[in-house]
Amino acid sequence: MDAEITLHVDGRERTFTVDTRTTLLDALRDRLGNTSPKKGCDHGQCGACTVLVEGRRINSCLALAVAHDGATLTTAAGLADETDLHPMQRAFLDQDGFQCGYCTPGQICSAVGMLQEANAGHPSAVSTGDGPTGTPLNDEEIRERMSGNLCRCGAYVNIVAAINQAQQAAPQVRQES
Amino acid sequence: MTVQHTGTAGQDLERIDGVAKVRGLAPYAYEHQVDNPLYLHPLQATISRGRIETIDTTQAQAAPGVVAVMTHLDAPRLAGTDDAELAILQSPAVGFRGQFIGAVLAETPEAARAAAALVRVEYTEEPHEAELRADRDDLYAPEQVNAGFPTDTRDGDPESAIAAAQVVVDQTYTTPFEHNNPMEPHTTVAQWVGDELVLHDSTQGVHPVRQTLAPVFGIAPEKIRVIAPNVGGGFGSKGVPHAHVVLTAMAAQRSNGRPVKYALTRQQMFFLAGYRTPTIQHVRLGADASGQLSGIIHDVIEQTSRIKEFAEQTAVPARMMYAAENRATSHRVAKLDVPVPSWMRAPGECPGMFGPEVAMDELAEACGIDPIELRVLNEPDIDPESGKPFASRHLVECLREGARRFGWADRDPQPRSRLVDGWYTGTGVASSTYPARRQTGNTARIRHDRAGRYSVQIGAVDIGTGAWTALTQIAAEALGCNAADIDLQIGDTDFPVATVAGGSTGTTSWGAAIIAAAQAFRDRHGDQPAVGAHAEGEAGENPAAQEYALHSFGAQFAEVQVHADTGEIRVSRMLGVFSAGRIINPRTARSQFLGGMTMGLGMALHENSVMDPRFGMIVNHDFAEYHIPTNADVRDMEAVWLDEVDEHAGKLGARGIGEIGIVGAAAAIANAAYHATGIRVRDLPLTADRFLA
Repeated sequence: MDAEITLHVDGRERTFTVDTRTTLLDALRDRLGNTSPKKGCDHGQCGACTVLVEGRRINSCLALAVAHDGATLTTAAGLADETDLHPMQRAFLDQDGFQCGYCTPGQICSAVGMLQEANAGHPSAVSTGDGPTGTPLNDEEIRERMSGNLCRCGAYVNIVAAINQAQQAAPQVRQES
Repeated sequence: MTVQHTGTAGQDLERIDGVAKVRGLAPYAYEHQVDNPLYLHPLQATISRGRIETIDTTQAQAAPGVVAVMTHLDAPRLAGTDDAELAILQSPAVGFRGQFIGAVLAETPEAARAAAALVRVEYTEEPHEAELRADRDDLYAPEQVNAGFPTDTRDGDPESAIAAAQVVVDQTYTTPFEHNNPMEPHTTVAQWVGDELVLHDSTQGVHPVRQTLAPVFGIAPEKIRVIAPNVGGGFGSKGVPHAHVVLTAMAAQRSNGRPVKYALTRQQMFFLAGYRTPTIQHVRLGADASGQLSGIIHDVIEQTSRIKEFAEQTAVPARMMYAAENRATSHRVAKLDVPVPSWMRAPGECPGMFGPEVAMDELAEACGIDPIELRVLNEPDIDPESGKPFASRHLVECLREGARRFGWADRDPQPRSRLVDGWYTGTGVASSTYPARRQTGNTARIRHDRAGRYSVQIGAVDIGTGAWTALTQIAAEALGCNAADIDLQIGDTDFPVATVAGGSTGTTSWGAAIIAAAQAFRDRHGDQPAVGAHAEGEAGENPAAQEYALHSFGAQFAEVQVHADTGEIRVSRMLGVFSAGRIINPRTARSQFLGGMTMGLGMALHENSVMDPRFGMIVNHDFAEYHIPTNADVRDMEAVWLDEVDEHAGKLGARGIGEIGIVGAAAAIANAAYHATGIRVRDLPLTADRFLA
């Protein structure tokens, strides 16, 4: 069964027909040719497919495309203008927060969404009291909140450093998507 | 006056492929835009051994969107079937659960997957064996082990030496069944264009894929083009082409010229993309009361697949690591009805340095000396195995430097004596080593494109190592220009022949070819070359390998906390100090060392593919149940290295860094866990239940 849906992806409106079994991830990759979000497990276990939907991070492999008709999505390809980099992307480059690069767009979308969650006061498993342990987030908070994004190359040390750089050098990262 | 060029070898240079990767715009195998593709979903065996009696594809053929269903009954005949892993769909025989037995081709991935579920298969099952045990009566000695090493070695009379020794360690250690699990699943996009096969493949070596597939399909290697500009990790699992490449290329013979796309699911990867064999290691050490070793015996038991032999060289490092007059090593292998094992990061050294390095910790305690001092005491003057001098052996310096940085001098050796807030804390150390090999068969091509700009071509692959950046730096240094003046071109068999990104040989082997090509270019064209001037260069063997034993060394330090009530174990601190020759790019090198150590942490604490021998089934075949380290598992981790250039490692002076970071890491953590708790765990992974004594 097919259905026609509209997605607003990285600032562009796309209307297309999709098999109702298609995940949001496959719709982006196979139908719209946006391969910035990656498929690492297709089961919501690795986070490589992370995108921002209305500013919130989700595993796009766990979402059906038809359930997001009309949604506004941001992938790592759309975080900044074509000629520019988002401060989080700049920080991943500066800190060498990746090796093979496959989990990287998901890590970066997740980091951007994660800082917004913290900014909104969402607690994590390691938060004390009613909310985050303070701003900027400490390393333990960052590690906990980023543990849904696996990196087999083992770049975690540098990913934490990158997120620290981004949240300290550019406080506006916490405000924008 | 010497001109200082920017971005040349040795300098800290940002990854030149980095901007594309942080945006997600660097295309991996599945992501190359091809016209009008078909999608493949495989059929897999649901028994461990036997034969297919009937396979009914009627419903699948009739399903919406299906273009073809291929089984052993109608699949193309392969020209070369010597490699039983690759010779799929050639007979009704089943060699292991999960093996390919067919494929569905459809207009969409959803249609292909749905139709695959409609195929009905009836089998005749035969009894299977899937359990590795030391008491199996069918263990055998392979003719040789991986990388061409002898199966067994013997010097002197180690049994007698150990029997006469004042202090003896005699223990059995096990390392787990592990899966490489690169983040990018193995993927092939195949298209036949006339009689030529074009592959976008997720591989560690484009030329090796071509060379392997050519005889399988009975065509000249030049008729196969393999393209892989970006690869999402491999860790050995993409070092040789596995059966999915053959399946996809076969299916593309049934697609009327349309390209066929196939990315393995994460679940399929556990059966079809190689893995590290579990090992059972019997280690015997004999020493005098001071800790001086007189005998070392390392006997290893491991598994291979009945359909194809892969014998991991697990006992090889014990042959050269420490001085002892009497030494013996052996490998015995069980042929099981299981998936085919293959390379995984530091094959041989990674599992093979677990048993002996924990045994050394046990020996140090038995002798009442510091584990670093024990290793220093047993430092050999020459390679005990070959009798050659070491080109560079700085293990002691790594241990000393690590001890200084880690604060080892303050360590109280008493185990189970530091309990703070419910957590026992301990520290441990282990040695690391990895051989330095240079592969022959690499050629690079250099062309002067326009004033001051050079294209450098070699069919190498960057699997995340940083080859895009490091080879650019090597070329800039060799040509005497800035890195920004180099247009590196890799990842395509249209570029000159190159060997696999494996065995920590990539940068040194490809780099030697680039240096040779630069030399040839300057010899022929001088310092003022005309536009269009070009030259090729080929790197031969490293002549120093005849005279010297070439190995890298390192020291791994770990601090762990084990909860007194729950047994939960955390690695609070890790430090690696490495001696690996010249470092081409300190930024990407540090990342590789840290990455190896992180994977070693996973080996120590998490990773274990669970085989259910009743069904030959790898039970935990996804990321929910096969745990690799997450961000929260890695805390204070640092890697440093000795500042050196190995004058015996060729003009580049480098020895390779991709694997040494994992070697010894698990032993250091296990030793730290003993120091924390007083409980000696000799089997990985170190799960919480092991510490609830």
